[in-house]
Amino acid sequence: MQIRLTGLTVTALGASALVASPAGAQTLDLTITIPKLSVAEYHRPYVAVWLEKEGAAPRSLAVWYDFDMKANEGTKWLRDVRQWWRAAGRSMSFPADGVTGATRAPGTHKLTFTAGRGPMPALSGGKYTLVVEAAREVGGRELLRLPFSVPAGGTATAQGSGELGAVRLTVRR
Amino acid sequence: MKLRTPLLAAAAFLALATPAAVQAHRMWMLPSATIVSGDDVWVTIDAAVSNDLFYFEHQPLRGDPKVLAPDGSTLEVENKATGRYRTTFDVHLTQKGTYKVAIVSEGVMGSYMLGGERKPIPRGTTTATLASVIPAGATEVRTSESANRNEVFITSGEPTNTVFKPTGKGIELIPVTHPNDLVAGETATFQFTLDGKPMPEQAVTVIPGGIRYRDKLNQMDLKTDAAGKVQIKWPEPGMYWLNVTTGGGRGPGMGPGAEGQGASAAPAGPAPRRANYVTTLEVLAP
Repeated sequence: MQIRLTGLTVTALGASALVASPAGAQTLDLTITIPKLSVAEYHRPYVAVWLEKEGAAPRSLAVWYDFDMKANEGTKWLRDVRQWWRAAGRSMSFPADGVTGATRAPGTHKLTFTAGRGPMPALSGGKYTLVVEAAREVGGRELLRLPFSVPAGGTATAQGSGELGAVRLTVRR
Repeated sequence: MKLRTPLLAAAAFLALATPAAVQAHRMWMLPSATIVSGDDVWVTIDAAVSNDLFYFEHQPLRGDPKVLAPDGSTLEVENKATGRYRTTFDVHLTQKGTYKVAIVSEGVMGSYMLGGERKPIPRGTTTATLASVIPAGATEVRTSESANRNEVFITSGEPTNTVFKPTGKGIELIPVTHPNDLVAGETATFQFTLDGKPMPEQAVTVIPGGIRYRDKLNQMDLKTDAAGKVQIKWPEPGMYWLNVTTGGGRGPGMGPGAEGQGASAAPAGPAPRRANYVTTLEVLAP
């Protein structure tokens, strides 16, 4: 993940109510399991992770896609991650610094997002939802929502049944 | 559907100029995608006249499709071909934003008496050329003017509204909800205008595609409010055909009935007005 602050990122930060009066430093520890599927034709899923808060613009934290294809061709299927595309993706340009990542193989993947670093804003107090959505070429789509609140923090889990396995989020100060 | 060949073929041939003549059939354009991502995007569009939606089983839709790009420029379609049952063409989207692909036609139909014989006004006549096609000495000139618009919208990246700037001619869709932001279970609002003026109490017909695989048409008969706005709650994801017709409509879902063509013996003018609007809308799963 490259981390550079682009004009786009700055604009998004400024426009977001997420950043108002941060309630201390926060870190999100996220574990995403991508299930091993026994299908005739397997492609690694496109996965988007984003943060929602009522009244604020959704913030993309990570988007895994075929970012290394020639002429940016991998972006053609980003719209298939359709809830994320509607919520946040369609207004972004790709590759997005700090957000774009390669697709991941089946297995458990650990991600850490620290407030104020890369795509992760400082979080003001309130209720949030972290959303993980996966869409797989010639496969299906699945979306899991993990609610949490700041400054309470804590742990949220969800279990996928198709394109996603167990997803676990821990919010710590 | 009551028409039989060769009347059927003749009616379809006139489809663009005389929608009322083929009102049993539905004109439509079907884009391969309405919401796209990426930097160099192609969308292919099929255009046909048929009973079922969206199957090619009757006639290709003829006409001259034009593309209005988000920056206001007009693009030509590419790879256009017309086969037995459909016309197909491609649109190359190199800008971000919302595009409009439209087949628009205007015309004047009618007839006049000359030498004791009633003669039709030739096909392709417009308001501007009307005077030149009616010979001196013609009497009992009966005409009706039509404006037909068949359009679809495609968005690359974030939806924009530049292509919805009204032209003030015929029926036009003014988005309250963007037509490329439709989700099953949500309610969309569109406004319709005729020659730039809102169309209050106007019938709006919406039919979901895939008619062939169900017994019921599932047609939604809606009506605009006093401001010309209609609300549509999408029951399920899929492609939907939307039609607004005014003046001369007689078939089911074709709008309020009106006097047929030539009912009044106006000496020259193009009234009565007949206008038709068709679009195909894609509704996504939540």
